[in-house]
Amino acid sequence: MWCELLQVNFFDEYQMEGLSPEANEICLEVAPENISRALKTAQNAKAVKVKLTKKHCPCLTLSAELPSLSSISRVVTHDIPVEVIPRRLWHEFKEPTVPDFDVSIYLPPLKTMKNVVDRMKNLSNILVLEANLGGEMNLKIETDLVSVTTHFKDLGNPPWGDSASQSRSQSWDPEAMAHARVDVRKLQQFLIGQQINPSKAMCNIVHNRIVHLILLQEDMSLQYFIPAVA
Amino acid sequence: MPLSTRSQDGDEGCVLAAALDNVRNLSNILKAISFKDHAVFTATRDGLKVTVEDSKCLQANAFIQTDVFQEFALREESVGFQVNLTVLLDCLAIFGCSSAPGVSTALRMCYNGYGYPLTLYLEEGGVVTVCKINTQEPEEPIDFDFCSTNVTNKVILQSESLKEAFSELDMTSEVLQITMSPSQPFFRLSTFGNSGNAHYDYPKDSDMMELFQCTKTQTNRYKMSLLKSSTKALALSCKASVRTDSRGFLSLQYLVRSDDGQICFVEYYCCPDEEVDEE
Repeated sequence: MWCELLQVNFFDEYQMEGLSPEANEICLEVAPENISRALKTAQNAKAVKVKLTKKHCPCLTLSAELPSLSSISRVVTHDIPVEVIPRRLWHEFKEPTVPDFDVSIYLPPLKTMKNVVDRMKNLSNILVLEANLGGEMNLKIETDLVSVTTHFKDLGNPPWGDSASQSRSQSWDPEAMAHARVDVRKLQQFLIGQQINPSKAMCNIVHNRIVHLILLQEDMSLQYFIPAVA
Repeated sequence: MPLSTRSQDGDEGCVLAAALDNVRNLSNILKAISFKDHAVFTATRDGLKVTVEDSKCLQANAFIQTDVFQEFALREESVGFQVNLTVLLDCLAIFGCSSAPGVSTALRMCYNGYGYPLTLYLEEGGVVTVCKINTQEPEEPIDFDFCSTNVTNKVILQSESLKEAFSELDMTSEVLQITMSPSQPFFRLSTFGNSGNAHYDYPKDSDMMELFQCTKTQTNRYKMSLLKSSTKALALSCKASVRTDSRGFLSLQYLVRSDDGQICFVEYYCCPDEEVDEE
């Protein structure tokens, strides 16, 4: 999963000095539960500061100024341990390139998709996601007991324009369905993201290989890669 | 409506074809009797009967009459099949359980006969889901041989009062004892659990009591674990009838009225746990 947030839309103050002027980046590894726990305390905060500090180990220190009845505000500080990723490993964490997909399609209303996938999970572990360039997408499960197919129509296909990632898609038969068998739970995890109410949601399929899902909002992007299973 | 045009072609082989504008009327009733995995569906000119049994001692039947359906077409006198009820309920709820007001899921159901799967077409907001559920040879439902001529005691009450009693029943009691009599205590539910003995009495002239026809004093006990399965249907109902026959067999009948005024019936038959001599 890859998520990008434009700092200017989230922070009033932002100061950063990377490794060097040429490599002006810092790469940190952190456990998401720790950040989310800290952010929960900061939910009603008047102000939050995040700093990269060095305590007994490198930490993201989050201090939240909480409202209080007295004139003196309460400040709660969380020290979240992080691991600094060395320069030589940065290439492993680059934004994944958009795969050379066969079909790209806008996703149906995510709430509907989530309801359907939640039910399908009760029936099967594997789900087939397929779509074509005619704006049609199907979600299918098949077991010994039952087969269920949900048909979405008139979804529209995003115009990617001429680019390298378009080469496969240009030779793909528009009527043909590109499909991939995926683990239902992974798709379910992605659909939890529908809560953020994205302005755009789309899906790129590399036939039998990968499902690449993208959620876009004006100041944020979320990308999810689900590999196909046998 | 897209569903009906599609069905015109698909109807060719259909031995049973039925359509509902709002699948919720069917799924709520089926959920109420889903205490076991499998259900037997029997379609006749009168409508659909769904049967679920537990350990040969309890049988639930849900009746969805022909006029509840927007369409009901049967090519034979009687058509029967068995399906996995849990799977069927998941399919009926494919678009989610709670719907926004004004949004409903439409259902079209089609069965081509022995050996064919049960096909469901569900549609909501222009999205169509097709489900094919494998069917099995229906097991012969038990004939409890409960007929109205053998009924010794019968009461009909507003479900409200029964719901209250059932929600307070001491579940540590292994049995529920039902006493029906033309004299005191008239209609009594009793439990014998860890907290002691408890009795719920319904006087025959209570305004909850719509009909009271008891000819003989009878006390019968039924396994609590079996009767617990009937509480979901009770919760949906507005009226209940309780009858016992000369053998002490119990018949519970619940009248269920849906939001749009459709009426369905759910009935339960239960064998007595032990005979208690009449006073």
